[in-house]
Amino acid sequence: MTITLEPGRPKPMPTPETKHFWDGAKDGKLLLQRCGDTGRAYFPPRPFSPYTGTRNVSVFEASGRATLHSYVIHHRPVPGFTPPYAIAVVELEEGPRMMTNIVGCPQTPEALPLDLALEVVFVPMDDAISLPLFRPAATPAAGRTGVSMGVE
Amino acid sequence: MSYVPGSVAVVGAAETTHLGAVPNLSEIGLAADAALNAMADAGLKPGDIDGIAWVGAMRPQLLAQYLGITPRWVDGTSVGGCSFMLHVRHAAAAIAAGYCNTALICHGESGKSRIAGAQRPPEPATLNGQFEAPFGPFGPPTLFPIPVLRYMKTYGVTEEMFATVAVVQREWAGKNPRAMFRDPISVDDVLNSRMIAWPFRILMCCLVTDGGGALILTSADRAKDFPGKPAYILGSGESVETGMISQMEDFTSSRAFRVAGPEAFKMAGIAHADVDHLMIYDAFAHLPLYGLEDLGFVPRGEAGRYIMDRNTAPGGKLPMNTNGGGLSYTHTGMYGMFALQESVRQVRGIAPAQVPDVDISVCHGVGGMFGASGTIIFGRDRPS
Repeated sequence: MTITLEPGRPKPMPTPETKHFWDGAKDGKLLLQRCGDTGRAYFPPRPFSPYTGTRNVSVFEASGRATLHSYVIHHRPVPGFTPPYAIAVVELEEGPRMMTNIVGCPQTPEALPLDLALEVVFVPMDDAISLPLFRPAATPAAGRTGVSMGVE
Repeated sequence: MSYVPGSVAVVGAAETTHLGAVPNLSEIGLAADAALNAMADAGLKPGDIDGIAWVGAMRPQLLAQYLGITPRWVDGTSVGGCSFMLHVRHAAAAIAAGYCNTALICHGESGKSRIAGAQRPPEPATLNGQFEAPFGPFGPPTLFPIPVLRYMKTYGVTEEMFATVAVVQREWAGKNPRAMFRDPISVDDVLNSRMIAWPFRILMCCLVTDGGGALILTSADRAKDFPGKPAYILGSGESVETGMISQMEDFTSSRAFRVAGPEAFKMAGIAHADVDHLMIYDAFAHLPLYGLEDLGFVPRGEAGRYIMDRNTAPGGKLPMNTNGGGLSYTHTGMYGMFALQESVRQVRGIAPAQVPDVDISVCHGVGGMFGASGTIIFGRDRPS
């Protein structure tokens, strides 16, 4: 499956606090951070834990597995997008949620049931930035489909 | 020191002379028009005002100079459409503390005509610019309804329930000559209206208009000296949760609502059964459902059925959004000022769709996409 992005899509500009995330995405890795006090994963990136405020945090590679938490299917024209397209929030296996698009399936309610098992796919915008998008999982792990994973 | 319920009151309240399409006024012009109308309502001149609030960075000074006001108290709190609830709460505290005597809270927004407006897309290096904008959201209709499917699945809520919100509020709007949309609509009309962002259709989304409003607050001890009936501030609450809807803790409930609402009830010392009239900011049709549940008027998941059973409709036991709401009355982009104006009219007994004998009105606002919240509780009488 080859996915290409239309020109005109807003491009993220990394900051010092988020550069590792975008560098990881460019290399095909979904990088999260973990709180050194609680062991809980968090997103979006920041150099301290939102749970306890500790600066003792680490970066780790997430599994890339997620479930479809909620979404809308936008029907109006937007620069860089051809409607209808889903604007989704997925729940990563490690707990955090992120906004994304769902690719590799029709943009219809029937093709996008909540809790659908998903996997990350990185799609380049240019040499520096790749976006983490999600597609229906090829082989949903037993017991995962339909289950909200919650916080690890 | 804690706020004494009823110790501060609204003594002047007015909207802009015109609502809807007002192409002959800029944003500051709309705010000034509303301010002058509120001053006329209270019988005051700019020189009588010593506190001012207007939404936005470095904007209060613009309006103060424009109106000829020398304030001792200033508030530029800008958390979205409920900013005015926060301004009222802050002004009440400031007046109680002696920081000013007479505070003016203003709103003007050229939401439709876009004359000298302040709207900008997110910068690409902000958190929104990096982690939401690349995925195609384009304004509130694409962002605010994102939690809705999760809420529907969790509680078995139906599209008909959201459609009914719009239908009932149109009934209220039909009683209000200043409402933008007044013709009756049916559930089928809503469910067959143009798709915007599934599951939401255009009649589940708010209007976009030009307009404004202003409120003047002073101490309750002075309130009886003004020409209009005062609306006493019994309690208030405020909070924020997130600037990114994707990071909202619970897609079926607003944490900001759950902080602001109970705080206001506790401060006012009232129970839900004491509430005669309710405003819940309805930028989109799901917000009254979240508000009814998060403020504790109904159990979790039951707000849709509560509205379908006509509890909030004309003649119901909890009249809600009686001006027609953001869905039918007006919505400049920051509707909270208009919800406050309707609550004040109801406790003063002068609303176009007046509810009989309103002693207590609760006015609850949202800012951003479930990002912020403010709640104000008004009383017709000063607690003795």
